[in-house]
Amino acid sequence: MLSDKDRIFTNLYGQHDWRVAGARRRGDWDGTAAIMARGREAIVEEMKASGLRGRGGAGFPTGMKWSFMPKEIGPRPHYLVVNADESEPGTCKDRDILRYDPHKLVEGCLLASFAMGAHACYIYVRGEFYNEALHLQAAIDEAYEAGLIGRNACGSGWDFDLYVHRGAGAYICGEETALIESLEGKKGMPRLKPPFPAAVGLYGCPTTVNNVESIAVAPTILRRGAAWFSALGRPKNTGTKLFCISGHVNKPCNVEEELGIPMRELIERYAGGVRGGWDNLLGVIPGGSSVPVLPKSICDDVMMDFDSLRDVKSGLGTAAVIVMDKSTDIIRAVARLSQFYKHESCGQCTPCREGTGWMMRVMNRLVEGRAEPEEIDTLEQVTKQVEGHTICALGDAAAWPIQGLIRHFRPVIEERIAAYKAGHRMAAE
Amino acid sequence: MSEPATFAFDAESEVKITKILAKYPSGRQASAVLPLLDLAQRQMGRLTGSAWVPRVAMDVIAARLGMAPIRVYEVATFYFMFNTKPIGKYHLQVCTTTPCWLRGSDEVTAACRRATGIKGWRETSEDELFTMTEVECLGACVNAPILQVDDDFYEDMDAAKTEALIEALRRGEKPKPGSMAGRQGSAPEGGPTTLLDVPAE
Repeated sequence: MLSDKDRIFTNLYGQHDWRVAGARRRGDWDGTAAIMARGREAIVEEMKASGLRGRGGAGFPTGMKWSFMPKEIGPRPHYLVVNADESEPGTCKDRDILRYDPHKLVEGCLLASFAMGAHACYIYVRGEFYNEALHLQAAIDEAYEAGLIGRNACGSGWDFDLYVHRGAGAYICGEETALIESLEGKKGMPRLKPPFPAAVGLYGCPTTVNNVESIAVAPTILRRGAAWFSALGRPKNTGTKLFCISGHVNKPCNVEEELGIPMRELIERYAGGVRGGWDNLLGVIPGGSSVPVLPKSICDDVMMDFDSLRDVKSGLGTAAVIVMDKSTDIIRAVARLSQFYKHESCGQCTPCREGTGWMMRVMNRLVEGRAEPEEIDTLEQVTKQVEGHTICALGDAAAWPIQGLIRHFRPVIEERIAAYKAGHRMAAE
Repeated sequence: MSEPATFAFDAESEVKITKILAKYPSGRQASAVLPLLDLAQRQMGRLTGSAWVPRVAMDVIAARLGMAPIRVYEVATFYFMFNTKPIGKYHLQVCTTTPCWLRGSDEVTAACRRATGIKGWRETSEDELFTMTEVECLGACVNAPILQVDDDFYEDMDAAKTEALIEALRRGEKPKPGSMAGRQGSAPEGGPTTLLDVPAE
């Protein structure tokens, strides 16, 4: 169990002052200039050594991502863009960082930007987080006033500007190239890669896009050292992570824990357990709506980290744990996610634009049972035709929840179809 | 309310526009299209009581940012938060995505209907006080279900709290947003079980 002294987000619930004075008392902005004095390369190496994997869902190693930026700053400026477009159903961790620990993010933006040779950074905050964006802007204003950012940030000799840019309600803008398009003033439609943003990103310039949590943990990692961070968690799944535990638990909450904590322990220790007890568990979506649901038999002993969840054909994603007890209509729960993806598809790629609507309509019929048993296989085939055939991962994200449902709950669908047929046969007689 | 014949940013908005435009490099002012659409919607809300973006406002923004009007129209219609039709004074945005649904968003929706007389999504009450919109995940799932009123999240809702909130709005009050169950942010009910060993300030 993680002890409080190893927790990074010590104001997770807003118990304390979130402004610069309070943040400083909690250790933020301590020796920032000294960290920068180690040099760009040393910072990137330390981040690599920490083993930090991106906290936005994909789990790509953060230090390695930083190292993809050009070493020399050419005629085109470098940019850091922070993805605060938190919209993955189940996920509400970045919100707490923005509203209660904004200085961790601001300091992280400075250090990450410096490490990548960027003098400017944009934080793209989802439009609905209006009040959260106000906190963040207030923290940025304080940091400018205190000389922590701006000209000669922290007395380091590095000039650094930081801007908040609010989105306007489009899940797809959490995809990094759609986010860049949106920041440029266009519809949020993902770009084909390559070229990758590190070569051609915002305004055609070298750009790195990182999740809020990835950036906000960087200052603490650099202060306490890669060895401290990598000693937490499990090999290749190092460090602490914010978990969001929602759904049918007695006490839903956010909590910071080590990666690799058993799912059952996470739910029972922090979220008051499953409503009606562990045996009343039906299934869990362990990493935000895009990853496949797991039945109780797997939840009994699976660990919460990238590789453990991948091994059971799901994923850690954003570590948003959606718990469903036995009262849940699991078909409807997944059908509602299909509606989500249909609503949020940007419409650029045909398999996703047409497929998300088609899958939603079939899912809605399956909720009633108004279907033929063979259609389950047809639906699964269609999910495979959407998956991997689109520019971005939204098509995959729409396919996986349905695949998970069919993999683990096929008998429930078949029963529903049989019950519908039986009901209508009786009505006809 | 119908499409106004003209639109112009007022002095209050102009102060903000200066700050917004300073965020982006020269020649990249199109980046300001989302903030300016948002500003136009807020100004409409402030001046007319209905926060929406009329087409003439899009044209003003296009001219200001040196964009073709069609580029602004397509942005305004792509992003869900821009209301391209007039709405009521209060915008009731009910999250019904799975995490909220598991915690009772159906009851919140039904309570909104009962308290406002609105029948379906995207409709406005007869007194023009309320518009009810179904929204996708608001990103506050451990405090589900969520009812967003304008900019504010009302969390840990149920039917009774929803009706009480709507009655308060009708009286012209604006209850404090956040957890309606008295929780501290995203901490579990009953108070945090971690971060108890953090030095007092």
